[in-house]
Amino acid sequence: MLAYVLRRLWQMLPTMAGVVLLVFVLFNWVGGDPSYLLAGKMADTAAIENIRRQLGLDEPYYVQLWIFVQQIVSFDFGNAWSTGEPVAQIIASRLGPSLTVLVPLTILETLLGIALALAVAFVRGSLTDRAVMVACTVGMSISILVYISVFQYLFAYRLGLFPVQGWGNSLGENLLKYALLPIIIGLAVSIAPTLRLYRSFVLDEAGQDYVRTARAKGLSERRVLWLHVLRNAAIPIITHVMANLPALLIGAFLLERFFGIPGIGREVILAVERSDFPVIKAITVYVAAATMVFNLLADLLYRAVDPRVQFR
Amino acid sequence: MIDRHDSAGLWMLAWRRLRADRVAMAALAVVAGFLLLVLLSGAGLIADDWEREVAVNYAPPGFVGPDAGARALAQAQLPRATLPNAFDPLAADLAELKAQVAATQPPFEKRTTLLFGADKWGHDIVQKTIKGGETSIVVGLVAALLAVTLGTLFGAVSGFYGGWVDDLFNWFYSVFTAIPAILMILAVAAVLQQKGVATIVLILGLTGWTGPYRLMRAEYIRHAAREYVMAADAIGASSLRRMFGHILPNVAHVALVQMSILTVGFIKAEVILSFLGFGVPVGTVSWGSMLNEAQNELILGKWWQMTAAAGAMALLVTAFSLFADALRDALDPKIK
Repeated sequence: MLAYVLRRLWQMLPTMAGVVLLVFVLFNWVGGDPSYLLAGKMADTAAIENIRRQLGLDEPYYVQLWIFVQQIVSFDFGNAWSTGEPVAQIIASRLGPSLTVLVPLTILETLLGIALALAVAFVRGSLTDRAVMVACTVGMSISILVYISVFQYLFAYRLGLFPVQGWGNSLGENLLKYALLPIIIGLAVSIAPTLRLYRSFVLDEAGQDYVRTARAKGLSERRVLWLHVLRNAAIPIITHVMANLPALLIGAFLLERFFGIPGIGREVILAVERSDFPVIKAITVYVAAATMVFNLLADLLYRAVDPRVQFR
Repeated sequence: MIDRHDSAGLWMLAWRRLRADRVAMAALAVVAGFLLLVLLSGAGLIADDWEREVAVNYAPPGFVGPDAGARALAQAQLPRATLPNAFDPLAADLAELKAQVAATQPPFEKRTTLLFGADKWGHDIVQKTIKGGETSIVVGLVAALLAVTLGTLFGAVSGFYGGWVDDLFNWFYSVFTAIPAILMILAVAAVLQQKGVATIVLILGLTGWTGPYRLMRAEYIRHAAREYVMAADAIGASSLRRMFGHILPNVAHVALVQMSILTVGFIKAEVILSFLGFGVPVGTVSWGSMLNEAQNELILGKWWQMTAAAGAMALLVTAFSLFADALRDALDPKIK
């Protein structure tokens, strides 16, 4: 077990090095020299030289890369170019609001997805099943922008059930007041693809021999689905949820932008708008690292729920 | 003389299976209709003058009927006869200018309703949606072509040669997949400062090759060991010829399915990028920029631009996804 984890971590190193190299090439080489931008309109040569020296841009590329690696390891990316706030502090303070929306959203989405997938699988092949699948395809083809605009207009602006925008200071207030509508919209957007995927996981299991055995010994179809099938279908579901968590952190950026939630996703958008390279670099590297770690966690969890799986 | 027995090839069989699928044929008809609109508007035959301000600002759709605001606007914009001012030193010049304008642009009464309404400037929404669709669909198709070409090229080299080449590309693949796609797209958008249709195509194409790569690599590994490839090697066909002359026609259907799936994803991505302002430049209309405008219009109760752009996009994406699913089933009947 320990040997397996260590080996997996060891295998991550080249990938992580690749991510660092890719981000470095993208921002330090393709992105060009930001000192003209930073110096402002009335820039003279001395000011530009000064900024270049501060950012280490007058050093050769290998020294710059070494600076970047040191920044990653020490969690110290310096200050954001646009606001002067330390990058580490930005990330730390934006993580909370993001998680306030994402944790309830992920839990509700998974539970609702499983319940609906089992219900649809229960009547598989019927007209209801096909109608639900067609509805899912149509639901997935409507842009997320439309969901957010229309829901925000209808429920917050016209009906006044929720605040249109905003974010409070306490967790309870945020969760019950400001995060509620974003969570509902997130559910509406994600339920169609989730249901389709989980349905395929459930149907993969429904054709197995053990299901036939369970039916043959006289169990009710409901018991077969909820007990026997679900325990096995849970394996790919858990893996899927775990592996998608880091991407979700960024994926909620539209929700955060529309509702003014000061989360990681909105920070990325703002940073792209302001060409704030240190913030994007830091978030990209750490999200990539999180993606790899969560993939490993997903595999470990896979083992925990399915004892047949052996680590190689 | 011997009868030639034509046995149907892969493509013919797939086409027959597709023909039998009524949903797929309906979806194909819708997609073909959209592509026809794109071709016509690209050639300048329709929607060419979408920027003409033919109606009053926010003219409602014809089936709703003109509202009070639109009527008042139309009245206010009618040319009015002004009393001549004897002391105006520019009177003669102004009259001449007005005559020139009248000669080139005959005055017309702005309409109070349009088929599907008008936007903030009085542009016809139907024409604008067609023009916006041209941008979004062309971006989706070209970006998907770029991504599939890159994926096929990398997958072919990686799967065919194996060894360290394969390791290198796999490393590349794991690096690209470690970064979530949308973050990758935004990071590249931040670095490439200039906006433009070509930039979005590059961003989407350069970040989207991983899916096709994985599948094409697997196909090339399978096919590189087959007899027909060994036979081609025996008669002296070069590696390049075996890869793209012999194997590619046998695995091209995987690329085609990938291309149709990616097109759908890229149309959606373009809409989001343009909405955020990282996509098409000002002056170019796309479904994303239309949704961006429509977001503020909705609060004013002007729902028609959002309905038009979102409806057109939903129709195309639904048809395209249904068609992509059917295409995959038709080309690869083993997967069900």
